[in-house]
Order: sequence, then structure tokens, then C-alpha cells
Amino acid sequence: MSTLHTVNKSPFEKTSLDACLNHLGSGANLLLIEDGIYAALKGTAVEERVKTALDSVKVYVLGPDLKARGFSEERVIEGISVVDYAGFVDLAAENDKVQAWL
Amino acid sequence: MSETVKNFLYLNRRAPYGTIYAWESLEVVLIGAAFDQDVSLAFVDDGVYQLTKGQNTAEIGMKNFSPTYAALGDYEVKKIYVEQESLDERGLSLDDLQHLVWEDEDEDYAEKDSIKVVSRAEMAAIMDASDVVFSF
Repeated sequence: MSTLHTVNKSPFEKTSLDACLNHLGSGANLLLIEDGIYAALKGTAVEERVKTALDSVKVYVLGPDLKARGFSEERVIEGISVVDYAGFVDLAAENDKVQAWL
Repeated sequence: MSETVKNFLYLNRRAPYGTIYAWESLEVVLIGAAFDQDVSLAFVDDGVYQLTKGQNTAEIGMKNFSPTYAALGDYEVKKIYVEQESLDERGLSLDDLQHLVWEDEDEDYAEKDSIKVVSRAEMAAIMDASDVVFSF
């Protein structure tokens, strides 16, 4: 069963990203949205943790939320794909279920 | 109106847009500016994200309120403290933030920097020295 996990809080504010990463099955997909996008950026204290996740799951970040917060795609960790809202819908449709980490 | 002037510190620790705290904090600062108190703003932890340049909210359907920070100087809010360690943890530098200024009418309206980057220890001292702290 493929699951789309979403994380919408900053990794510095809540432990939600960490909790999510601790529970990812193989074939899982992770989409970072709202304040969760901060985990997709290069140079942060959680960068290594996120890069390690890339070894086993696909990670996506919502472009509109990056732009709203002042970040361009160049600031995103290599290997994380930037998607727009249409891409968000596609991911939700392609996966068997969506699990939101709040 | 009372003659007592107090040091007010508005402490901002949350990122913008994901929650309403950042905007609400700014609104309170602007309202409070009418009361002639001694106002300082502190940006700590995710609060530093509020000041980034280039915010474009067109695609998320929310109002971009970042230009309001640039207007703070006009409201006599010129003490804006940003914590160095918070920037470091997020891979940010002062260059990623808006250049906020105020005009010194005593020096021919010369533009001066409003943002002071301070260490965590200095920030603790600023908090300790404040008469009132509003947390957002």
C-alpha cells in the first residue's frame, strides 16, 4: 500500500517531521507543505536527517508555500521535487491513502 | 494618558503564514505604536523566517504582509533584534532578510539600520531588561 505522508509544521517548531520520518514504510512518499517546507531547504540543522530519508522515500515540497516564504527552488535540497497544487492532487490520487502529520 | 514609559518587547518565534501569530503580532505592534511607549521587536527561532526577502504569496491566496515590516520605521519602531543562533540553525544570513531602516530626523532624516543581529546571550539580556514581553 503506498501512502502519501504530509507534514505541515516546521521541524523547529514541532516534532511532527521527525515522527513522520520514524514511521515511513518502503514506497512511501513525503510531501512538505505550509510551514513544513522549511525542512526542504539547504543549510538547516535538519538537512542531514532529510537527506537520509531521500535514500528510501520520495520527497516533494509544495512550490507555492516555498515562494510565499521567500524561497526559490535553488534553495531546495537536491533530490527533493518541487510540485504545485496540481501536483499535490496527482500525488494524492496516485497513492492509496494520505496520512497527514500535524 | 499616563506619563510612564515602559520598555515593551514583542517576542516573535513562529514562521509566517502557516499560523496567524506573525500577522497578529504585527497588528498589535502597529496598534501599540499609537501609545508612545518604548518598543522593541525580537525575532527568535522560527520568528526569523518572518523577515525574509522576496515573499510572494500569490499562489497560496493569502495576503503578503511582509511589506509591513518595512513600514515599521515610520511608526518609530527602530529596535529590531534578530538572533544569530536562530539564523545559523536555519542556514540563513542577514542577507536573506529584508533591509529594514528608519529615518533619523535629528540627522537630516539619514537612513539607519533597524535590525541588530544579537547573540542568544544578548537576546536573553534584552528580554530580562524589558518591562513587558508580549509573546507570539
